[in-house]
Parts: sequence; structure tokens; C-alpha cells
Amino acid sequence: MTFLQIRDVHKAYGDADVLKGVSLDVAKHEVVCLIGASGSGKSTLLRCINALEPISGGEIRVDGDVVSGQGVDVNRLRRNVGIVFQSYNLFPHMTVLRNVTLAPTMVGGVPKAQATEHALALLERVGMKDKADCYPESLSGGQQQRVAIVRALATNPQVLLLDEITAALDPELVGDVLAIVRELAQDGLTMLLATHEMGFARDVASQVCFLDDGTILERGTAAEIFEDPQEERTRQFLARVLTAGRL
Amino acid sequence: MSDPVTAELSAAAEPSVPPTPPQRVVPAAAIALAVSGLCGLVALSALWSLHSMLGSPASGVTVLLGAFGVAALLPLVPALRAFNTARVRGRFLADGDLAAARAAAARGRDQSHTALGYALAVLICAALVWFATANDGAISRTFLRWEFIETAWRSVADAFWVNVKVAVGAEVLVLVFGLLIAIMRLLPGQAGRPLRWIAIGYVDTFRAIPSIIVLYLVGFGLSLAEVPVVKDLPPIWLAIVALTLTYSGYVAEVYRAGIESIHPGQWAAARSLGLSYGMTLRTVIVPQGVRRIVPPLLNDFIGLQKDTALIGVMGVTDAFTQARLTASNVFNLSPVIVVAVLFVVITIPQARFVDRLLAREQRRAGRPS
Repeated sequence: MTFLQIRDVHKAYGDADVLKGVSLDVAKHEVVCLIGASGSGKSTLLRCINALEPISGGEIRVDGDVVSGQGVDVNRLRRNVGIVFQSYNLFPHMTVLRNVTLAPTMVGGVPKAQATEHALALLERVGMKDKADCYPESLSGGQQQRVAIVRALATNPQVLLLDEITAALDPELVGDVLAIVRELAQDGLTMLLATHEMGFARDVASQVCFLDDGTILERGTAAEIFEDPQEERTRQFLARVLTAGRL
Repeated sequence: MSDPVTAELSAAAEPSVPPTPPQRVVPAAAIALAVSGLCGLVALSALWSLHSMLGSPASGVTVLLGAFGVAALLPLVPALRAFNTARVRGRFLADGDLAAARAAAARGRDQSHTALGYALAVLICAALVWFATANDGAISRTFLRWEFIETAWRSVADAFWVNVKVAVGAEVLVLVFGLLIAIMRLLPGQAGRPLRWIAIGYVDTFRAIPSIIVLYLVGFGLSLAEVPVVKDLPPIWLAIVALTLTYSGYVAEVYRAGIESIHPGQWAAARSLGLSYGMTLRTVIVPQGVRRIVPPLLNDFIGLQKDTALIGVMGVTDAFTQARLTASNVFNLSPVIVVAVLFVVITIPQARFVDRLLAREQRRAGRPS
């Protein structure tokens, strides 16, 4: 059953069209990878789903309900749809624990003790429990990103959007973060991720979409896209990635 | 040899650049010795004229002046050491130990520069002493007559409490009111537009009007116009209101700069977690912005504290008014110096406090301060 439904979504910044009619269906427990060159619209699409950017045309539905356009309770939507950013964006003036418990206690109505317990359990899962009282700036990039994932999970979202979450990490730290995402995929969390890690995409994705110039040019299973791409642009992109040693 | 790689290899085998010779020390040491000697002499003669101006001072004072004299000659020590180091450098050079000679040269020049730095500081101090003793001590008789300082001290210090109360009162209000204006100015969308305009108008107006004029208008105007409630306020409260009006304009801009300096990613992260605009502002943006603006905030607060010396225009007797009164009675400016010193004395701990706050912030972030 389709859980996240994206219908002919357009997005323009002034005169620049970034999304030119994107449609995508994501079923529950599905992991969809968005690949494509920088500027192809991957990040923008994710930010539109989370309503961080208003869309200029089309419609987005979560669990059957329209979440784009006027009059939508975006704060409620966002508790259902978590997002993790490339640059972590942890709150530097709060401890790791407070970063994670902030949203559940402030907007989720969860009692503090319960939120703390939940946060510590999640932090333990990603190996960050002993850093609960640290401030983000004392952590490595990989550690910060793991906390950011936990922070997004703390509100128990039904969909998690991951926006190139390993792009700013040192190569040796990428593995730790990807291992967590892999585990979440196995647990059945619905995820939509923009990524440059093709090998990872091939492993976890139930559906891979190649974005080019604001549209989904080609979509299919990981095997279809990586082994037998139909579009010339897809082939060019994958060839360039292959030369760069990222596949 | 046309191949660049071969050329580079042969160059590496036989260095084409000769090793750096050690720098010369003697010229620097000579300049250091001359300057520190000269500055020392100037300082000694300044101290001597101070001593004669004092007539026959207590032996304690003479000893103190003597100690200053000795201190004025201290820059000669590193200058003389530099000459010694120059000899060491020569010995190493003769032995062919180039690295040791270079190190000695660097040390020698360091010693010369140290001597120069301290000697110039001595010169500046000597100039101040000269200034104080100039015109046969007329300067210090005008500004620094101990007996007038002593008599004025109590009344001026008592009146200074008024300045402190007004400053603290206004600062508390400015912190709140300035933040309100800054947030008004940052309200989003069509709905926020009229309030944004009002905030801009406020800042434009009250930052432009000299605070002495605001004090004057508030102090006399509000009671003349018989504005309800306000007209019954004691004058010290009117002073607080007037300074709050002026400085909220400055501080609102400081807040705004702090809030706008927070990376948009922080907004995105907070909003993406479901926090509303107001919650994001309150828990994520303002707390971070405020930490960044502590130093410029202190700047404005020191300005505010100094402007409390203007509240005399609205008929409040503050330390400056009191000091002027005493000064005109004794026909000497020493009482006013007391006020000046008091302002300095209250400012320094605040500056150090902010330094410590910033250092703590740095440590917490795990950066070496």
C-alpha cells in the first residue's frame, strides 16, 4: 500500500525551476534511494516532503492525507516525517541528550523521564550512550551524524528522509553511519534517501530513482538501474561515478 | 637536461640555494641599548622633577620614587644580554655550527626587541609623569589635589549609587525591551509587516536622538504634560525610562545581528522536528544568538553606564552633579576625577567577567582558548 504519494510536484526558486513534475510512490517499509548529480533536485524534493520548502505545484500525500499546500499542520506532519541533514545541524548549545529529548518533550507531550529513557535507549543502539552529556562540538562528524539520526527518530516518525547524510563525513566514518541506516532498513522503517554512496544504495534500496534536471528520469530496482540502465544520461552518470571510484 | 624531472633531481642532489646564514645581532642590540638608556634617562629626570615638585616628601615616597627609577633602567638588562648572545652566536659561527648560531641569533634579536618594547613603555610612563609635573605641577594641582579628593570622596561616592541604580534598572529593562523590538523586527510574512515597520521606526528614531535630549524631554516633558502614572514617578525612574528608550534601540540591533547570525540549518533542524516558529526562536535561535552578542552587549552597557552621568539635566543629583557642585565650591577639578575613577572601577570587573564567560564558552566547546 502506498504510504507516501508524490504527484507531479513542481518547485521553483524565482525563475529557476528545480523540480519539474516529480511523481513517486513509496510503500510502507520501502527504502527509496534518490541518485543523481548535484543540483538535480534530490535535496529539494526531500525538503518539500518535510514542508521545509513550499511546493509550487502538485500534491504530496502521507498516509492518504494531503500534506502540501495551505492549512496543513506542518508541525504535526514533521513529527511524522523526520529528516536528517548533510551538515548534521545539531543544536550546539544543548547536550546530546537534550538535542534528542527536545522535540518529544516540547511538542510530543512525552514526560521528561520517559523521553530521556527512550533517548538513552536509541543512543545506546548507535553506540552514543556514553556521549549523552557531551556537547556536539566535542564529537566527530560521524558521531554527530549518529546523534542527528537518533534525534530524528526520537519523535517516532513513520518516514525518515536522509539528505546526503554521509557527504560531509571523512571516508573512514561513513561506514558507521551507513551501518545504522542499514539496520533501520532491516527494522522496516520507511526511508527516502538522497545519496552519493552507490554501493550502499545498491544494497539497501528497494527502489532507485535517478533524478536529472528536476525530473525522475529513470526508476527501478537497484539491479535494473545499476546493471542495466535504459537512459543515456543514467549511463553517463553511473560511468562518471564509477571512474571516481564510488561504486 | 631539458627534461624537468631530471633537472629537479639533480637540483635536489646539489642544493642550489645556500643555507641561510644566522641573522646579525649586534646592530639590534646596539639600538636596543641606546634606546633603553635614553628612555631610562628621560624617566629619571621626570622622576627627579616630580620629587622636587613634592618639596620634601616623606622618606617612603622618596624610596618609592627611587624604586620607580630603578625599574625605569630595567630594560637595559635584556639589551646587555643581547650583546652576550651576540658573542655566543659568533662562537657557534666560528665552530661551523650553523643551526646553533641561527638559534642564538634569534634569541639575541628577541632580547633586543624585548628591551625596545619595555624601554618604549618606560618612555610613555615618563611622559605621563612629565605631564603631571608640567607647568610647575599646575596639572596635578588642578586635577589631583589629595585634600579635595578626600573631602569630596564620601558625597560623590554616595551620589554614585544613583548612577548605579539607574544603570542597573535600565539594563534590566533594555535586555527585555531590546529583545522584544528585535523579535518584532524579524516577524515573518505579510502579517508581521506593520510591526516590522514600527520596530524599524523605533530603532531609527531612538538611536538617532542624543540621549541627553531624551533625558531632558522625558524628565520634564512627561511631568509637564501630566501624563497619568508617569508624572508621579520619582525622577530616578524617569531617568531609567529615558535611558531604556535610547539603549533599547542599540541593543535591539545587537540582538538582531545575533539572531540573524545563526545558520539557517538550525531553523531547518528545529522546524523539521515539529517545533513551531516561536518555540524555535525561544529554545534554539535566541539562546545561541545571545551567547554570541555578549561582547557587543557589554559595549552598549558600558555606554549606558556612562550616560548615567547625563541625568543631572533632569534634576537628579548623580555623582557627576555632586562632583561639579563640590568642584565649583573648592575651585578645583579633583572631585570630578573621583567620578571618573569610579566609572573606571565599575567597568573593569564587567570586562573581565565577559572575558571569563567567553573563555568558559571556548572550553566547553572543546577548543583551546
